[in-house]
Amino acid sequence: MNARNLSSSSAFQPVLTRNIHRPGSERISIYLDHGGYQAVRKALAMKPEEVIEKVKQSGLRGRGGAGFPAGIKWGFMPQDSKLPKVVAVNTDEGEPGTFKDREIVEQDPHQVIEGVLIAAYAVGATRAYVYIRGEFFLGVKRWIKAIADAYEHGFLGEDILGSGFNLDMSVHRGAGAYICGEETAMLESLEGKRGLPRQKPPYPTTAGLYGLPTLVQNIETLACIPHIIERGPEWFSSIGTAESKGPKIYSVSGHVNRPGNYELPMGISLSEIIYEHAGGIPDGHKLKAVIPGGVSTPMLPADQVEVPMAFETLSSIGSEFGTGAIIVMDETTCMVEATRRISKFFAHESCGKCTPCRIGSQRIFEILDRIEKGLGHPGDIELLLELVNGIDGYTFCPMGSGLVNPVRSAIQHFRAEFEYHITNKHCLVKA
Amino acid sequence: MVGNEWNQLSPMNVDPRQRARLLAALYLAQEQFGWLSEEAIDRVSERLTLLPGQVRSTASFYSMFKLEPQGEFQIQVCEGLSCYLAGGAEPIIDHLSNLLGIQPGETTPDGKFTLEVVQCIAACGSAPALRVNDMLYEHMTLESIEQLINSLREGEW
Ligand SMILES: Cc1cc2nc3c(=O)[nH]c(=O)nc-3n(C[C@H](O)[C@H](O)[C@H](O)COP(=O)(O)O)c2cc1C
Ligand code: SF4
Ligand code: FES
Repeated sequence: MNARNLSSSSAFQPVLTRNIHRPGSERISIYLDHGGYQAVRKALAMKPEEVIEKVKQSGLRGRGGAGFPAGIKWGFMPQDSKLPKVVAVNTDEGEPGTFKDREIVEQDPHQVIEGVLIAAYAVGATRAYVYIRGEFFLGVKRWIKAIADAYEHGFLGEDILGSGFNLDMSVHRGAGAYICGEETAMLESLEGKRGLPRQKPPYPTTAGLYGLPTLVQNIETLACIPHIIERGPEWFSSIGTAESKGPKIYSVSGHVNRPGNYELPMGISLSEIIYEHAGGIPDGHKLKAVIPGGVSTPMLPADQVEVPMAFETLSSIGSEFGTGAIIVMDETTCMVEATRRISKFFAHESCGKCTPCRIGSQRIFEILDRIEKGLGHPGDIELLLELVNGIDGYTFCPMGSGLVNPVRSAIQHFRAEFEYHITNKHCLVKA
Repeated sequence: MVGNEWNQLSPMNVDPRQRARLLAALYLAQEQFGWLSEEAIDRVSERLTLLPGQVRSTASFYSMFKLEPQGEFQIQVCEGLSCYLAGGAEPIIDHLSNLLGIQPGETTPDGKFTLEVVQCIAACGSAPALRVNDMLYEHMTLESIEQLINSLREGEW
């Protein structure tokens, strides 16, 4: 099959979201009626190494933001370890613009459980912990019910489907902290502590939860696994671009006629998502800027929206794929205000462990806040850039580069607007 | 009262699995006491053989754990970028402030409502969004907010 054809949405059939429009899609009966838990049977008949090999061949990369190749991470899990091994399932989604994981867990949790089963079998894990964002009340209920039903049907517990493979799974509810989505902070929180990131290395695959080898994976990544096993890695890698494969759920929000989650191939252009799927910009307004992957990714001006949504294409133009959460801003948007609002989020969510992020995020917010209020000083833009350069690369965890991305890119593409605000003490757009 | 055997265990030698129960225990205590009062913190620390300081320190890290009394209905309005772009955030916060006669972070004198401003609650595609206790409300307008407050006031929730 031609990869290029599949990058346009016409030939593409939803996979991850194929069941969510069925009433009761979260129930095990619906999942079973539509071919659920067949992939795990197939996987259990293979050797664990073969399963890992298939995931490697598929080209699947993590959907939680960093895009690390999943199969390679599975291969990092020690094979001869005497220690029990763990799979930790990341459902902590909290970055403004991102709302795909909530939909997956609320509408089709069994798909993820099946992915966890296959992953655990492949890496030899016997415990799986789901970490879910505290605010996802319905999600927590759905996870608990789904896990209970999976036990009842013999998909969890001892000697699963007569294969001799055992897996226990439980849900842990976070309590409101964006940083707990960072994998090592999540492990701290699972251990009942403050969610402060840990030093890496050691990476979680070497020493994770309680020091045990731990595979941390986003739930959309895990939802891809049953389909890779069932349809084969070639099918998966036939979708997308050279370095970005498979189906992807794009969360689209902001100034579009039809905001929502859209499952489409990797590599589809940003403009096709905005104009064809999300219905374009309301009220005849013109596009101004797009954040392509959640607020931690650098924003793009309107003339760059032909870019294919893929890891390598976005980084080649100075942005990032992130979680594929697209925020659309039309010509009525004040970029100073948009950036101020994003920086407030980061100042609020900095865990406080390291100084550049704790103090820097706060100072960035304060400067943007005064510029927005018409109280900016000449030299504030340079001050912002100085802060950005003093934070990026000097923080304990990757949140530092996440918090500077919006600021740096907004100044790069919309500097005149910042200058206008400072000189004229009011907004260019809303004047 | 919890059995003495709990107190005999040194908090320093605590089984790590006890500590793993801390967030869940804090949720339970918060449900029982309404907020994490000193009494609630003490109760949790006794149960899990942790020091009260460890419990308080952990609780204070997470925004969903409340170290002050809360209203019966905790209204959390999202001020994230997507909600703002959809016409939410300040207009909604100001409207609620007026309706309830309190500022964000405050509780009405009758103890019924607490108004809180929060960051993204993963409903950006159905913005503007807010939460009341554990319920999510999407596509909010100034009118639908007024209706919501009225129905909460009248106990028709
Ligand atoms: C500040 C910060 C927040 C993060 N939040 C999340 C999150 O909410 N969900 C998630 O899956 N990954 C999140 N990540 C990425 C995780 O650290 C980790 O890379 C991911 O869970 C690995 O799974 P994946 O390879 O399947 O994406 C975050 C990273 C950082 C630095
Ligand atoms: S960069 Fe530092 S302060 Fe910021 S979240 Fe990471 S560890 Fe915490
Ligand atoms: S920005 Fe308000 S729910 Fe995401």
